[in-house]
Amino acid sequence: MNVELKNIHKTFGKVHANVGINLAIPAGTIQGLLGENGAGKSTLMKILSGFIRADQGEIILDGHPVVIHSPADAIRHGVGMLHQDPLDIPPLRVIDNFILGREGGLLPGQVEAGRDFKRLAEQFSFSLDPEAYVDSLTVGERQQLEILRLIWLGARVLIFDEPTTGISASQKEKLFAALRLLAEQGKTVLFVSHKLEDVEGLCHRVAVLRSGVLVGEAKPPYITRQLVEMMFGKAISVGERNPTGAGEVTLSLRNLTVEDYRLKIQAVSLELHGGEVIGLAGMEGSGQGLFLRAVSGLVRAVDGQIDLSGHDLTGRNYQAFKKRGVAFLPAARLEEGLIPGLTLTEHVILAEEPEGFFINWEKGRQLAQSRITDFNVKGTPASTVESLSGGNQQRALLALLRAPLNLLLLEHPTRGLDIESTIYIWSKLKERCQQGTSILFMSSDLEEILHYSDRVLVFFSGRVTPPLKAASLTTEKLGELIGGSGWTELASGKGA
Amino acid sequence: MKKNLWTNIGFQVGALVLALLIATLILVAVGAPPFKTYASIISGAFGSTNNIEEVLITWSPLLLTTAGVLITFSAGLWNIGVEGQMTLGAIFTTWILRLLQGSSVPPALIIVLGILAGMIGGALWASLAGALKTFGGVNEIFGGLGLNFVSTALTIYLVFGPWKRPGVGSMSGTQPFDQALWLPTLPKTELSLWALGISVLVIAVVYILLRGTHIGLRLKAVGKNPKAAFLMGVPTWQYSMFAFLLCGAFAGLSGAIQVTSVYHRLLPNISNGYGFLGLLVAMLINYQAIWAAPIAFFFAALNIGSVQLQIIYKLDSSFAGVFQDLLVLLVLIGEGARQRFLRKG
Amino acid sequence: MDTNTTLIGLAGVLASAAPVLFAVMGETLTERAGIINLSMNGTILLSAMGGFAVAYTTGSLALGFLAGMLIGAVVAFIVAFSSITLHQSQVAVGFVLALAGRDLSYFLGVPYMNQPGPSLPGWSIPLLKDIPILGPLFFRQNLMTYLSYLVIILAWLWIFRTRPGLMLRGIGERPAAAYVRGANVKLLRYIYTMIGGALIGLAGPAYTLNVKAGWMGTQTGLDGIGWIALSITIFGGWNPLRAAFGAYLFAFLQWLGLVLQASLPGIPTQVLQVAPFPLMILTLLLVNIGDAEWVQRSLAAMPAGTRRVAIRLLRALRASPPASLGVPFESE
Repeated sequence: MNVELKNIHKTFGKVHANVGINLAIPAGTIQGLLGENGAGKSTLMKILSGFIRADQGEIILDGHPVVIHSPADAIRHGVGMLHQDPLDIPPLRVIDNFILGREGGLLPGQVEAGRDFKRLAEQFSFSLDPEAYVDSLTVGERQQLEILRLIWLGARVLIFDEPTTGISASQKEKLFAALRLLAEQGKTVLFVSHKLEDVEGLCHRVAVLRSGVLVGEAKPPYITRQLVEMMFGKAISVGERNPTGAGEVTLSLRNLTVEDYRLKIQAVSLELHGGEVIGLAGMEGSGQGLFLRAVSGLVRAVDGQIDLSGHDLTGRNYQAFKKRGVAFLPAARLEEGLIPGLTLTEHVILAEEPEGFFINWEKGRQLAQSRITDFNVKGTPASTVESLSGGNQQRALLALLRAPLNLLLLEHPTRGLDIESTIYIWSKLKERCQQGTSILFMSSDLEEILHYSDRVLVFFSGRVTPPLKAASLTTEKLGELIGGSGWTELASGKGA
Repeated sequence: MKKNLWTNIGFQVGALVLALLIATLILVAVGAPPFKTYASIISGAFGSTNNIEEVLITWSPLLLTTAGVLITFSAGLWNIGVEGQMTLGAIFTTWILRLLQGSSVPPALIIVLGILAGMIGGALWASLAGALKTFGGVNEIFGGLGLNFVSTALTIYLVFGPWKRPGVGSMSGTQPFDQALWLPTLPKTELSLWALGISVLVIAVVYILLRGTHIGLRLKAVGKNPKAAFLMGVPTWQYSMFAFLLCGAFAGLSGAIQVTSVYHRLLPNISNGYGFLGLLVAMLINYQAIWAAPIAFFFAALNIGSVQLQIIYKLDSSFAGVFQDLLVLLVLIGEGARQRFLRKG
Repeated sequence: MDTNTTLIGLAGVLASAAPVLFAVMGETLTERAGIINLSMNGTILLSAMGGFAVAYTTGSLALGFLAGMLIGAVVAFIVAFSSITLHQSQVAVGFVLALAGRDLSYFLGVPYMNQPGPSLPGWSIPLLKDIPILGPLFFRQNLMTYLSYLVIILAWLWIFRTRPGLMLRGIGERPAAAYVRGANVKLLRYIYTMIGGALIGLAGPAYTLNVKAGWMGTQTGLDGIGWIALSITIFGGWNPLRAAFGAYLFAFLQWLGLVLQASLPGIPTQVLQVAPFPLMILTLLLVNIGDAEWVQRSLAAMPAGTRRVAIRLLRALRASPPASLGVPFESE
């Protein structure tokens, strides 16, 4: 089926997520969609798959303009989407998930569906047991199930959102074979990914989005440098950098291995100096978040050692880390960092070591006011935190930190903030560095990583580069590494 | 801010008016004269010194359970088990009193020990629900419910078994204690100023705790966002357990008072719904401790005032409950309506 | 005790379990959709009184049962509305309604107290009633008991063997996935809550027009049944067959308590009557233990092989509630 997206606009509040996107995809094509986090890819795909409606613009399928009201409506039009975390129902069986959603009578028609399932599975060489429970399947197998289901429902356009995150190499091969087969059958495949190698190896064409705009398209043979440039923009002069970090070794990691149900980060070794800033780069879901939480004591590492200024913190819990001057600032400001319903004064009092039994409210208010002034928070001691803007919430989070700190761990410190807030927050962070605090932060913003870090670690599918000097990196090179390219060169001695 | 305040008040008053309206309709439906009924309730509660004393006697245990659940609500917990915690308090008090009666320990001391035992009993029972929740992930609603039933069965077992009256066990409870072991009351009444004093003291303590102490603030943090509280360094599970223990102690205290000052024995259903009613009061006052005393008083007055409805108008005294439930329900629905109104307006 | 008396006793157990079964099946359906209707105790009392009142006034048993179901559906609607549309706490509203239903039943029921009213006649099924042992046990009952058998089977079939039942499970477990598959999650939740409510409402008259005919105010003996039924629903793991087992077990233990009281005056009967609750708590404990943080940390500390085995064991024990129970759903 031919797909055409005409002049798609979508705004969320102040953010213009899709700016006049025009994209035409002929049937039988595997169309790659590249872009960093926040580029607008997921918004565009949500519009096409019926989750949200565009503010302006048209969707044209096989020459007919259509209006898609909901995901179920989308599949009726033949558009199906496979999410990064497949939207299946884990406690049910494979065959149940397959059947569910198909219109039909009272009886589920399991026998007939089973036959269709077998037929389709054979077609794609998927070996799935219809009786198995979905929560026992791997991500790759869950994807396979979704593909079969969408095909069975008559999808002629299939959208794949970051499908190769968290699947094994052999499953990836199977997936790619299936995608090629689908294209041969005349279906249209949209392959959304940040992994350059995958996109280059699979797609017939590539479109690149940046900041909501379609900045360019490309056809094979692909030039990686060109794609990276389109994704991340030209290499900009990083401007004045304030290198810090010549202090003593504060944090020492030896062979740290962390795992969760999707990822395994293996044997990371690192020595962090006082006042140093290390940036963790990589796309969402590549492991930086997990790594940060392990270094903060929130998640227990499976192997390896963590040493902070001579104190062995391996296996200890968060409270122990906190006592040794480690602080963790989560990205979800209101969900994990602040307490909606409580005022700034209350937060300040909570964050400090309690003095005595009774709260000295006057003292607390004064302290809150001085923090507010210090950090330029637009609010009063009596303001509840949910009434603050994102930027001010982040400032508040920083304002709550105790001084001095040994190690500060930040999950996306400037996500969603404007330039002014970003610069201000970093100036505050650098102040801490002057005092000897080491900082580990993760960010999707390459400029931020290059500008503020002394050294950088790049994460890709759970693999971690050795620490690279930020001064020796360009946005291009960084972009490449984030996309999974250039790692072998690193291993053979380049970098650090 | 101003607009918010007036909208708030508007919806609260609206709920009250609507509750009165529906209650009036219900009265009309059963053929009772509404205004005379209301007048009768008021006189039933305040018409004579005897009535007022009854209200005050009812007020104490209710205030105590309300105070207790304000703590657990603060920590974000639905402590439905408060009824059982009150019962266990009564059981422990009876146990100590039975143990020490007739010994050489001075009666005043026995009473004190009995009351302390009641607090411990309630706290222990609450700690069961707390441990199930904190370490076992069992929702405190179901843990509490189950434990409520177990406590009721335990009471019946004791009243008809090991602690039964000489002869045959009966629903009227265990052998009443000697007068020396009664919490002193005002002359010619059942009203104990001690009971009154203790309950007012407790609610004052709870008010101060929740508003002006670090413990109270941390409880509040745990209740509103346990993840963030944890990141800030609050040991969440410890505060959760603490909330259970403290509420259990107060509920147990309520049970102890029922034994030492009102019934002077253990009887089945000694908790008499005070636990659940305390939950209602807490919900109605939107968990603001400052309103606990007056609203609990209002509820107590309703309960006592409705008792004589039976005699005068052949109406069941559960009318008090109907009105109380209506009020809370309408306030809840009103809150939902208010939020939608504010979002759209 | 001879066989005949035992059989009659056990048949009585089946009959007395019928009201509880209706309530439990109803709540199972509601919770499968992700809504918790905590008002059960109040609904049962109110529908018991109301159903009796209607039957008494009109002389029609059928209208009485219908009235009960209607009351149940209305109360359930209030729960659904407050939760789905007004986003208020299901627990709070359900709890208040539990108390309100109870108080209203006592208050409005005064004129009907201790009145003789219509009662459901027994009806032994021809042929089946003569089967040795099974006959007197299962088939010499009345309409409500037969209906209770049917409801268990229908509920199970619906949930596990039909297409809409599959969607119901989807809604309860992962409403986002059900939404993507075309379900109008909010509407379906309303519907299932009200159907569940109607079944809960059937439990009331099933008692006052049958098991123990008449309305006797606080002496009717129904206060607390709703909480028990709620607990049995949880014990039943949202599976009608297992829940039915729980209901029958409960009724059986009640009966056993009465029987043994006569023959063994030493053993407290309360022990048997209260046994279902520790059982329920134990079940809940085993089922949820894998999620606790201390367990997660302990898992990480284990060597890899042991960890894998432990994870598999915990996964097998898991009979989690429908994952979305109590959580509001927004399609955005």
